[in-house]
Amino acid sequence: MSPLYSVIHRDFTLAMRQKADIFQPLTFFVLVITLFPIGVGPAPETLQKIGPGVIWVAAILSALLGMERLFRDDFNDGVLEQMQLSNLSLSWIMFAKVMTHWLLTIVPLILISPLLALFLNLTMPMYWALLATLLLGTPILSLLGSIAVALTVGLQKGGILLSLIIIPVFIPLLIFATSAVDTALFGLNYLPQLAIIAAMLCIAMALTPMAMSYAIKVSHQ
Amino acid sequence: MFVWLHPYAKTERAYALCNTLMPYFLSAAVLGLSVGLVWGMLFAPSDYQQGDSFRIIYIHVPSAILSMGTYVAMAIAGLVGLVWQWKTAYMSMIAMAPVGALVCFISLFTGAAWGKPMWGTWWIWDARLTSQLILLFLYFGVMALYYAFSDRQQAGKAAAIIALIGVINIPIIHYSVEWWNTLHQGSTITKIGKPSIAPSMKWPLLVSIAGFMGLIGTLTLMQLKNVIIERELHRPWVKQLLSQQETK
Repeated sequence: MSPLYSVIHRDFTLAMRQKADIFQPLTFFVLVITLFPIGVGPAPETLQKIGPGVIWVAAILSALLGMERLFRDDFNDGVLEQMQLSNLSLSWIMFAKVMTHWLLTIVPLILISPLLALFLNLTMPMYWALLATLLLGTPILSLLGSIAVALTVGLQKGGILLSLIIIPVFIPLLIFATSAVDTALFGLNYLPQLAIIAAMLCIAMALTPMAMSYAIKVSHQ
Repeated sequence: MFVWLHPYAKTERAYALCNTLMPYFLSAAVLGLSVGLVWGMLFAPSDYQQGDSFRIIYIHVPSAILSMGTYVAMAIAGLVGLVWQWKTAYMSMIAMAPVGALVCFISLFTGAAWGKPMWGTWWIWDARLTSQLILLFLYFGVMALYYAFSDRQQAGKAAAIIALIGVINIPIIHYSVEWWNTLHQGSTITKIGKPSIAPSMKWPLLVSIAGFMGLIGTLTLMQLKNVIIERELHRPWVKQLLSQQETK
């Protein structure tokens, strides 16, 4: 059994025993989106107009909520320290952990998104565009966010600080993602926006694991 | 390479360097700002379209340009700290953060004051305004993270990482909001060869940019001296310095 596989397997097993960590962000996501039709009024045209943005903002918020605990337990019981001491590259371990976390907390959000698209009166082409941007974009949220999580893991009050330092960095992603869905509304080609998001994902996958492992080392000083 | 820089990794030498450099930056600030602003406010011709209200450009443009420049300088200081493990680099990084945030705020404030008569609104979600606002949040993030740690060395490393992520993101944010929505007029002084601003308006602007540079340098040095003193309070040279101050 390869060491990386065992890291992934361990995180899966732990998450399955703590199902609240999976369901809380999901419930939060649905609840935030439910607030909008109540807050701005149920007119279908309005909802269609704000829908993509609302779904994306809610996804960012619930991703942040779920990520806060990403390294917390492993940091407190010393597992992260042992991982640093192992002969496996820490960057790879971090990458595996973050991707497992993405599968466990963000993929459920994507799975429930058809229901929300229905709530917010999105058209079929809009929904396909939304799905594509969520699939390409949410891993970027996890990768970039986990650097900030790794930096704040040793602090007592990490929650608000985490949002404060990482939300500004998410803005380009939000712009391109919502622009893709808006373009889809008019039946136009939204591949350029998807290509840019995919490029951001490639860069994030290449660079963030190094930053994460460095950040974890800083937190352990 | 850089051997001449190594002594300044010692806080005592860095403090002395601050004292040496301070008069130059201060005189550049006083001279540049007084000449540039008086020239710009009183003697430069008024704009054919915007009248006298364009004169705020002499504060707005320098602060807008230099808020970004200060951010880059801050990130470079952070990078130097991460690579060579100098605590004075982290100190200068965190000394620049509040100054940069202040300058960024000045540019937003003057921009709002300029936008009211020209566009008829204080704020609009335009590309440059938005990216400037995000820059302000990035400054806040760096400072918030730094002061959340109790160990200053660890704080410096963490804040440097966030500053570097921010500096990678600034161009991305800038162009993404540009494509997203724009109303702000294009830049007029950086077009190489033929600037589209009249020379009689351009020179006072360049002088006040130099004045702002001096001002930012002065404020940063003052802040850096405070950071050094605060961090090294237990060192003999700081104690000696403080007792000298008391006897005066």
